[in-house]
Amino acid sequence: MFGNACQDTTVKSLTRFGKGEGDGEFIELTLEHPGLDNAAWKLWKPGQFVMVRPESFGLDPLMGRPFSITSADEEQGISIFFQVMGQGTRKLASLKPGEPVTLWGPLGNAFAVRKDTPTLVLAGGIGIAPFYEYVKRHEQPENLRMIFGHRPPLACYNWERAQGVCSCEAHHETCRQDLMDFIALIEETVPQYCNDGLIIACGPLPFLETIKKVADQHGGRAQLSLENRMACGVGACLGCVCDHKTEGPVSVCARGPVFWSDEIEL
Amino acid sequence: MDMRVNIAGLELSNPVMTASGTFGYGVEFKRYGQLEKLGGMVVKGLSLEPRAGNPMPRIADAPAGMLNAIGLQNIGARNFVEKRLKLLPWGETAVVANLYACSASEFADLAAYLSEQEGIAALEVNISCPNVSSGGVLFGQDPSMAAAVTRAVKDRSGEMPVIVKLTPNVTDIASMAKAVVDAGADAVSLINTLSAMSVDARTRKPRLANVIGGLSGPAIKPVALRCVWQVAQAVDVPIIGMGGITSAEDVLEFILVGATAVQVGTANFIRPDFAFRLVDELAALVDELGIESWDDYRGSLQV
Repeated sequence: MFGNACQDTTVKSLTRFGKGEGDGEFIELTLEHPGLDNAAWKLWKPGQFVMVRPESFGLDPLMGRPFSITSADEEQGISIFFQVMGQGTRKLASLKPGEPVTLWGPLGNAFAVRKDTPTLVLAGGIGIAPFYEYVKRHEQPENLRMIFGHRPPLACYNWERAQGVCSCEAHHETCRQDLMDFIALIEETVPQYCNDGLIIACGPLPFLETIKKVADQHGGRAQLSLENRMACGVGACLGCVCDHKTEGPVSVCARGPVFWSDEIEL
Repeated sequence: MDMRVNIAGLELSNPVMTASGTFGYGVEFKRYGQLEKLGGMVVKGLSLEPRAGNPMPRIADAPAGMLNAIGLQNIGARNFVEKRLKLLPWGETAVVANLYACSASEFADLAAYLSEQEGIAALEVNISCPNVSSGGVLFGQDPSMAAAVTRAVKDRSGEMPVIVKLTPNVTDIASMAKAVVDAGADAVSLINTLSAMSVDARTRKPRLANVIGGLSGPAIKPVALRCVWQVAQAVDVPIIGMGGITSAEDVLEFILVGATAVQVGTANFIRPDFAFRLVDELAALVDELGIESWDDYRGSLQV
């Protein structure tokens, strides 16, 4: 049993990547680490997430927002990486150091790590957020190959942070042909990891659907991180469910957010 | 001050309960506070058989509130009793089962089963969910159907207190309250969510797959207070008030207009330790305002 996993903290820093402000902007938000009263923070793993609710939300929006944990360290703080997309992220983007934030987590499960297994890491856009730490922590990064598909420029994604640790390839999508080429790359690469490898992925739903389709066709073991809208983050509201093949609708927040692709319907 | 309250024989250590559908089966919140601290908890609505609920998306933001169309997804009464109830500190806080069924006889069967289970302190009959196609709010909008369901549940629930949860989606909530009290309800709880919708001008689509959902949160508090006030003038049974409570002051407002206890709902999503903190905040505010007994304060609104 852990202590109260809902804690009050403050903004430590906010770093903007790429150019411009407003919708589409990319931000790394770092919060003061609330301390290790909640022992789960000692054990957190990439793939887990936090619910974040700054006091500045007031009553609109009412619900907090879920984010993958990018990194968490008692000294450096807890970081999340997001793209400004709507009401919640717009308010998050205007936070200043010292502002109060309620944080609950770490929540959910994590990506599998098999150090001796060739592992394909697939990131789509802001879905790269949990993978910076995944590749950094991996004991045998020579077994990792990361493929990253993105539309905004690489400068938006703090790409340097992912590089230099494992094999990393970035694919910039600027037109329909780029997308077709990227899909072809996934269709060609995923089967190479379907016999005795591991595939892990995070990104937009069509991206995950493609990976699931190819992995399922080839009997591969792929883990997908889902990003459904959530209210509570703790498995109570049932607002974020996905269809599990044997268990019916299950909460993405509590049963996931990472699922084996052959266990769920997308 | 003695914070205890009594709901038709059900003694609560304080007036703060958690509302059905917002607190899971209770166990989800063990990481966030001591369940024993709550006056009571109403678990996720239970049906005889497990239900899958509505398609996604099921939730959406609303100004000072949220919309949901979960559709009463639940693991079924038997699974709850066998797998979850034993994990709750039911000796120390009141565990109230919320019932949902599609007919009066099904409600009766469910009441008979749940009222025999050790650990369940009371039944809350949900005749007010706006998110299901059969039963749900339809029972709660017709006084004769509401009375029939109440009678059926009372007949099969032995000595267990029966609370009927009312919908605000009616013209005259006081007459609905009278109908269920005349049919034997030991207490009433109100309000369930307001029927509502949210649409996207750009995509031209509704934000909920079910199109229509239930609005909850601070946005509905004025409606909830009005309903509790009207019902308090009309019936002589304990009232459990709910709708948009986000502070200890809100709790007192509900008690002031006639509630004996309150249920906290959407605020559990604002932060998962909300209800636990509210118990402390309420005790502090009662002290600060010099309130000496709930009996003196309840319904003492000066108009």
